[in-house]
Amino acid sequence: MATVYVDNRAYEMDGEQNLLQGCLQLGMDLPYFCWHPAMGSVGACRQCAVKQFKDEKDQHGRIVMACMTPAAEGTRISIRDPEAVEFRKAIIEGLMINHPHDCPVCDEGGECHLQDMTVMTGHNYRRYTFEKRTFRNQYLGPFLNHEMNRCIQCYRCVRFYREYAGGNDFNAFALRNIVFFGRDRDGVLENEFAGNLVEVCPTGVFTDATLKRHYTRKWDLRMAPSICVHCGLGCNITAAERYGMLRRLVNRYHGEVNGYFLCDRGRFGYEFVNSERRIRQPLLEGKAVSKEDALTRLRELASGSVIGIGSPRASLESNFALRSLVGENRFYAGISGAESRLWKLMLAILRDGPARTPSLRETEACDAVFILGEDVTNISPRMALSLRQSVRRQPMEIVEQLHIPEWMDHAVREAVQEKKGPLFIASVSATRLDDIAAHTYRAAPDDLARLGFAVAHALNSDAPEPAGLPESVRALAGKIAGALKAAKHPLIVSGPSLAGAAIIQAAANIAWALPGTKLAFTAPEANSTGLAMMEAPAFDAAQADAADTVIILENDLARRFPASEMEQFLARFRHVVVLEYLENATTAKAELVLPAATFAEAAGSLVNNEGRVQRFFPALAPSPPVQESWRWLGSWNEFDDLAAALASAMPQLAAVTQAAPSASFRMTGAKVPREPHRYSGRTAMLANISVHEPKPPADPNSPLAFSMEGSPDQPPGALQPFFWTPGWNSIQAVNKFQEEIAGALRQGDPGVRILEGGGSNPGFFDVIPAAFEPRADEWLLVPLYHIFGSEELSRYAPAVSQLAPHAYVALNPRDAEKFGDEVELLGQRVPLTKVAEIPPGVAGVPAGVPPFAGFGFPMWSKIARLP
Amino acid sequence: MLSMIRTLWYVLLHMFHKRVTVQYPEEKPYLAPRYRGRIILSLDPDGGERCVACYLCAAACPVDCIALQATEDATGRRYPEFFRINFSRCIFCGFCEEACPTYAIQLTPDFEMSEYQRPNLVYEKKDLLINGPGKYPGYNFWRVSGVQIGGKDKGEAEHEGRPVDLHSLLP
Amino acid sequence: MTSPYPIVAIIGILVVALTLAAGLIWVERRLLALWQDRYGPNRVGPFGLLQVLADMIKIFFKEDWIPPFADKVVFIVAPAVIVVTVLMSFAVLPIAPGIIISDLNVGLLFVLGMSSLGVYSVVLAGWSSDNKYALLGGLRAAAQMMSYEVFMGLALMGVVLLAGSFNLTEIVAAQRHVWFVVPQFLGFILFLIAGVAETRRLPFDLPEAESELIAGFHSEYSGMKFGMFFVGEYLGVILISCLITILFFGGWLGPVLPPVVWFLIKMMFFICFFILLRAALPRPRFDQLMSWGWKVMLPLALANLLVTGAVALAWRS
Repeated sequence: MATVYVDNRAYEMDGEQNLLQGCLQLGMDLPYFCWHPAMGSVGACRQCAVKQFKDEKDQHGRIVMACMTPAAEGTRISIRDPEAVEFRKAIIEGLMINHPHDCPVCDEGGECHLQDMTVMTGHNYRRYTFEKRTFRNQYLGPFLNHEMNRCIQCYRCVRFYREYAGGNDFNAFALRNIVFFGRDRDGVLENEFAGNLVEVCPTGVFTDATLKRHYTRKWDLRMAPSICVHCGLGCNITAAERYGMLRRLVNRYHGEVNGYFLCDRGRFGYEFVNSERRIRQPLLEGKAVSKEDALTRLRELASGSVIGIGSPRASLESNFALRSLVGENRFYAGISGAESRLWKLMLAILRDGPARTPSLRETEACDAVFILGEDVTNISPRMALSLRQSVRRQPMEIVEQLHIPEWMDHAVREAVQEKKGPLFIASVSATRLDDIAAHTYRAAPDDLARLGFAVAHALNSDAPEPAGLPESVRALAGKIAGALKAAKHPLIVSGPSLAGAAIIQAAANIAWALPGTKLAFTAPEANSTGLAMMEAPAFDAAQADAADTVIILENDLARRFPASEMEQFLARFRHVVVLEYLENATTAKAELVLPAATFAEAAGSLVNNEGRVQRFFPALAPSPPVQESWRWLGSWNEFDDLAAALASAMPQLAAVTQAAPSASFRMTGAKVPREPHRYSGRTAMLANISVHEPKPPADPNSPLAFSMEGSPDQPPGALQPFFWTPGWNSIQAVNKFQEEIAGALRQGDPGVRILEGGGSNPGFFDVIPAAFEPRADEWLLVPLYHIFGSEELSRYAPAVSQLAPHAYVALNPRDAEKFGDEVELLGQRVPLTKVAEIPPGVAGVPAGVPPFAGFGFPMWSKIARLP
Repeated sequence: MLSMIRTLWYVLLHMFHKRVTVQYPEEKPYLAPRYRGRIILSLDPDGGERCVACYLCAAACPVDCIALQATEDATGRRYPEFFRINFSRCIFCGFCEEACPTYAIQLTPDFEMSEYQRPNLVYEKKDLLINGPGKYPGYNFWRVSGVQIGGKDKGEAEHEGRPVDLHSLLP
Repeated sequence: MTSPYPIVAIIGILVVALTLAAGLIWVERRLLALWQDRYGPNRVGPFGLLQVLADMIKIFFKEDWIPPFADKVVFIVAPAVIVVTVLMSFAVLPIAPGIIISDLNVGLLFVLGMSSLGVYSVVLAGWSSDNKYALLGGLRAAAQMMSYEVFMGLALMGVVLLAGSFNLTEIVAAQRHVWFVVPQFLGFILFLIAGVAETRRLPFDLPEAESELIAGFHSEYSGMKFGMFFVGEYLGVILISCLITILFFGGWLGPVLPPVVWFLIKMMFFICFFILLRAALPRPRFDQLMSWGWKVMLPLALANLLVTGAVALAWRS
């Protein structure tokens, strides 16, 4: 801590930080544009000018940029100095010279950092009478809208896109006063994190194109804290509603998980909630029936012989409600036997093994990473962004030696140049992190596992050694082991994507071989970990269970089985009941379909890949008869009762009650309002239906209120519906909600971790698969994941589905020579793609993409040549 | 005491003063052009809808009686998909007019809008739109604003230069 | 000199008094408007006269609601008390020779007694409403009546001394030569002020001060019960005007015109004066009202009685 004098008052600031961050942390209002807490300072915008004085006798001082000046002991600055105030005003005036007169039609308006800063500095009149410079916009894909005229050249976008997220199809072009930020030509932005430009851009150059189709201002949105359901990382999001429709998602800062950024699947996949395929009425044999009739029928069926199939994308509470309805012994996890065995294994490794599973923030701090088998960007995308930061850790030693503070981003990057920390990728095909990898290794799944075992053996000779390993692989294993050993915080990343227990065991062996190594597993679905922790048998076991009725919870079996097997499975039951939000192949086969609430309409808890239980709350008011699955299945009136029942029935998940404050939580006697205090249109929104305004919907299940009335205080992070403080309308207001900038939220980051590891080494896994042998007429089909397309729900979002691939089969170019442009695979005609990275004898098939969504890859299959 | 008697006397003298009451239905009062009565939506001088659905009127409204939804035509021109004012709640404060950046929403000197049924006081866009620019004849937001819409390319707004040529290397 | 047809007189006086009370609503609103440069009710019927009828219909059809927390019996009785007591007073008023219901020899005392009873109405209404504002209104009314009734009676003693009788007919008759307002000018002023206070009219309407007690003792009253208080107040105004006419301005006495007309003209004049007071004067503070009553009016009334008594004594002897 250092003592810094601001306007002649002494304050304590973190001496490692810059003055801007220090001032903001103390709650002072100092305008800025180019500084970003996750990206450091470059001093590009000159907006945070303050006056610095040599000592208390210095009357003149000099203007410095707060973001570029360390908060050294004894620093004396003045924010209110008239010259500094005038300077900042002049800077804004300069930035606004070319700003178009379009705030009313700008989607950023009302949550625009530029607007906030302009008001803060007091600039209000354009004196410049010459012409404004204009640009042509570009088409940047279905997610982002480009309006270059609004740009103030802070360079945040290009710094984020290129330096932070590792994209290279976006840049700053041209020179002097015509700097242009975009692509070299129109086209979809390639980077999976481009959507963050919406929040990174301080003004409206990059705006959410999905929001634009149903545009609503931030102040008019009814918002609730929520959790992303498009993968298992549990990124915190803010879901926002207007006129009964989910309007958009934005990042909700979480110090340990997602930080400031989301992936595009998470940000733009929300539109499935508004899909035309939504089931909004109970359907009995295809005909809409009333809620009462549906419930009567459900009770009839449930009183007979009944089994339940849970879901890795349903909340813990909904799964538990089904388990309670059908009985503990007749509740089956909604995943295949193979997947279930993997999860059991991963859970045992994380829970009982010595390795700790890191949060994403810890991932960023790791300095040597070995990714075994996973295509992280396409499975759990946000983790890839963290891994990208981890390669910057080791070069920071150079920076430290040069005494450059880490926040001084430009100097740091100059010092580091292209040096990167060790990141090794062993995968079936190319991954989106290859550009930062020290070494990549492509092989069939079994060979990947063998490499893993070899690395473990190289680290610790107690670990078994795979026999007959080629010399090159042995050398690679040695190199990886060396890098891991040399690192302070080594990390192994693996996961269930290749359905190989051996890969996971190999990863565990490495982590256990080198004490202190962290072990992260990806999670493909929102509650994969939570469902695994419920320890229910996989539904393969249900095949043997003779029952009349099956109740399927939020689960499309067509994604678990090939079509014919699914038909056989369902045909065994006289009655099929499905709780689902969207029409799919399973609901088409159901006798009774109950409309279930999505994440945006329900409350529930999810467990993310690091074992963090987190709660999501509804942003949309209930619209009967659509209701939470647990409400359909049980007789709990209040969420807290259900959570308590869950906690007592399953002690391993007892933390579910602590994931968020209970419904009785109040601040100064009031609930937390979901609507900002400027929320408009209350007396007119529904006036076309009735002029008598209805009461705002009640929410007995949470401490949040469906109205603008409530406590103005800052709630605990788990209940934070939106970030806003006076004068800070943009997302940058989050600075005022953190314990320290870029640190934890005040009152702690939301969620409770329940998988801490730290056990003793239970002994290395020693079943090593044999080396992969290509077959003459068969190919090993392996799943290739796609960020847009492989995940089930986001496929129903129009913007995401636009980028989703169609079915294809990818072969090594040499293998592909035998075939034409199209082949027949598993009875389907599909185009053939040549991918050099795919090893011979292996064929890549897009995961989760129809018609191959239900097959259990990897599997051997013939590929037939078409005449 | 004396002052009270004087007061009584002065009040009594008011018998012979002129009455200030205007006998309204028979006798129409003078309403200034800026009188704050029935709210209308105007058209710009080119005949296009002025409202750009910026939501500022709704935000300014102290009784929250304005609700709208923004949408865009194929050329990027933004307009309200619906625009609803609940006049049974409106207090005619004129904040919406002050907030309006395009002169679209205006209050007019017409207050005779009583209804027997409250639902009839809910005005939709078709009830609000008038066929003219209202009090502000000259202004067209789209001519000033730097966004591109049908009939106005980039760089054609007031005070705008031609779009820059990014490939030029001239200093 | 009681009326030969008492029933006719009773009905006649009742009808006239009640009609007048109702009509006063219109008169008051028109006059107030006149003095405030407005028109007042002028839409319903000729000159807005039917406004009274419209108001009556309205008040009859209003929901007559008794608050659940009120003391029901007292709550219902209270408004009746005021109307009954005021109407009883009319029984002893000599309107004109032969137009009197009961020519009581202690007529003036009867009137004073009835008006003292009337205050129970207000106090009980305030108490039974079980509402703090109503209770405060009732308390104020009680205090105000106590204070002002004392010198009201004393102020009239001068008249009684001069006339040598409590009989109102005889008091009128005693003014054949000179109206008592001349010898008893101070008494007249004192009685006028006490009369205004007695009817709780502006500027002495503290028991129902709208701005501070939100209608005071009748806060909780609605419909016809409220209407009773309303009518009671106007009857009170008529009664006090009649008394002033009888006691100080020679009652029906006057040249040329028939006695009844003289009486009505004088009475109407004072009614209008009451309304003018309302139009012109502000409401005093309650403590000012009380100190006025006890420290100024009471000594003046006593002095007036003393002087009148001394003069009368000297005159006779």
